[in-house]
Amino acid sequence: MKTENILEVTDLKTYFFRGKKIFKAVDGVSFHIEKGETLCIVGESGSGKSITSLSIMGLIPEPGGRIESGSITFDGKDLTSITKKEMMSIRGNDVSMIFQEPMTSLNPVLTIGFQVMEPLIEHRKWKKKNAKEKAIELLNMVGIARADEIFHSYPHQLSGGMRQRVMIAIAISCDPKLLIADEPTTALDVTIQAQILDLLRTIKDDIDSSILLITHDLGVVAEMASRVIVMYGGQIVEEATVEEIFDFPKHPYTKGLLGSVPKLEEERDRLIQIKGIVPSADKYPKGCRFAPRCKFARSECFDNEIMLRKVNSKHFVRCVLYDDPLVKIKEEKK
Amino acid sequence: MGEFLTRLRNDKIGLMGLIGVLLICIIGLLAPFIAPHNPTEIFNEYRLVSPNSQFLLGTDDLGRDILSRIIYGAQVSLMVGLIAVGIGAGFGLLFGLLAGYFQGVIDNIIMRVMDVLFAFPDLLLALAIVAVLGPNLKNTMIAIGLVFIPVFTRLVRSSVISVKEMEYVTNAKSIGASHFRIIVRHLTPNILAPFLVQITLALSSAILAEAALSFLGLGIQPPDPSWGSMLNTSRKFMEIAPWTAIFPAVFIIFTIFCFNLLGDSLRDIFDPRLKDQ
Repeated sequence: MKTENILEVTDLKTYFFRGKKIFKAVDGVSFHIEKGETLCIVGESGSGKSITSLSIMGLIPEPGGRIESGSITFDGKDLTSITKKEMMSIRGNDVSMIFQEPMTSLNPVLTIGFQVMEPLIEHRKWKKKNAKEKAIELLNMVGIARADEIFHSYPHQLSGGMRQRVMIAIAISCDPKLLIADEPTTALDVTIQAQILDLLRTIKDDIDSSILLITHDLGVVAEMASRVIVMYGGQIVEEATVEEIFDFPKHPYTKGLLGSVPKLEEERDRLIQIKGIVPSADKYPKGCRFAPRCKFARSECFDNEIMLRKVNSKHFVRCVLYDDPLVKIKEEKK
Repeated sequence: MGEFLTRLRNDKIGLMGLIGVLLICIIGLLAPFIAPHNPTEIFNEYRLVSPNSQFLLGTDDLGRDILSRIIYGAQVSLMVGLIAVGIGAGFGLLFGLLAGYFQGVIDNIIMRVMDVLFAFPDLLLALAIVAVLGPNLKNTMIAIGLVFIPVFTRLVRSSVISVKEMEYVTNAKSIGASHFRIIVRHLTPNILAPFLVQITLALSSAILAEAALSFLGLGIQPPDPSWGSMLNTSRKFMEIAPWTAIFPAVFIIFTIFCFNLLGDSLRDIFDPRLKDQ
């Protein structure tokens, strides 16, 4: 059965230009999101995951940044070729975004109510009275008690968790088909994180939308995702279902990420760390971008660009090791 | 607003400034009712009379009542202050928002023009404008207003640039808000604090600038009363009739002082770092 894709990103390249330097923040990324699915993008800081999401929203910081090539097909429309005005009517309406910092993502001088009503007034041209009813309903829906009171409050009167709930209420106000959440729980403490993730899950089913979740927290991935994309140096290095990523990671980088998370059932003296840092987006190594930090790097890794290899219909990896029959056998024996 | 008033009430010095400013405003507004004489009426037999019961602050060289002229002069000073600052702040806000929000070419054009305006000493620029347009009340206000535009533009632009990078602006974009909506609803309220402080401070310099222009003979023309022109005419009689200079000067100083006190305390009130103290 072929499921419909709400979003298809093909060979997306988003570059930043500063003087003569070119920063290839996103360099040839392709993926898709099926209807009703939650896709997670994982990666370190600087791997290009946030820029990927901003590219979809058409919010690449200008001047300096632009989408060089590739296409972003959302619900049958190519977002890279439509006008700014059309994009504006899609943003917050069909696609909406939840940001990382609930403390600074709400305008300090406007009431919560005003900010929740804003998309309804802007996109649906609703009258204030109807918008207010809907806003209070939305606030209730995201689990805010005393919604009538909160409606008239200002952001500084709310806690971080409450503000993130408000952000979610704003994001879902027009029943978007795709919800992009850029590290929605990073700034919150652990108990609140769990609540917010729970909320996102129920909301997704309630309004029948899909989620693109950007995170560096593998715990969040395990809890939320149906499929996972691992990004490194502006490229996808591995793509698989959540079960396969955790049980059979193929790329040394993915293995490194998983190894750097403490586990309850194993006793370990030290967590494994990946040595070095992400290369700057203006000087990637010629071959595999991870090779300089990779324990298994061979000479061929440094020479040619590495392509994605297919492991199975839903699992892809960008690593030469996967071609090596010996490695394959070793993996299977495990 | 309520919070703002309580904080102002706790700030004794700022409150004094506010009361002084209100006092001047009331004097200006009620001028026709409280002035003992017509400000342009000439009492020929009472030239350069020292303060007495009929002329509380004395008379000038033509025999006009100085108190009445000062009271009517308050009208002129406030009007010049308000309208000139209105011109400067209005255009400054508009240009600053455009330059800061859109940046790029628009920013460059606006800011280079402002740099040119900035290159002239304030008073010299105002003088030049008045000299071209001709000296009268309206042109004085326009000239002083023009001088203020670059000050406000710079202030607004820099605030906009810092506010623009805040996440709530990106968030407003992400819900599909139009440029107009972002500028009016999201940016403007957040830059208002430094803007209002600048307005109170600019009011005092505008009043001072009018006094200076009138003193130089390029502002308000006789026989209309203005504090600056009163000072100017008093120069010649300073030794024999010091009251002709002292009283207008005292009023200028008092007004400027009150506006500055108010401006300083507004700055403290709007400073978020001092908010919880």
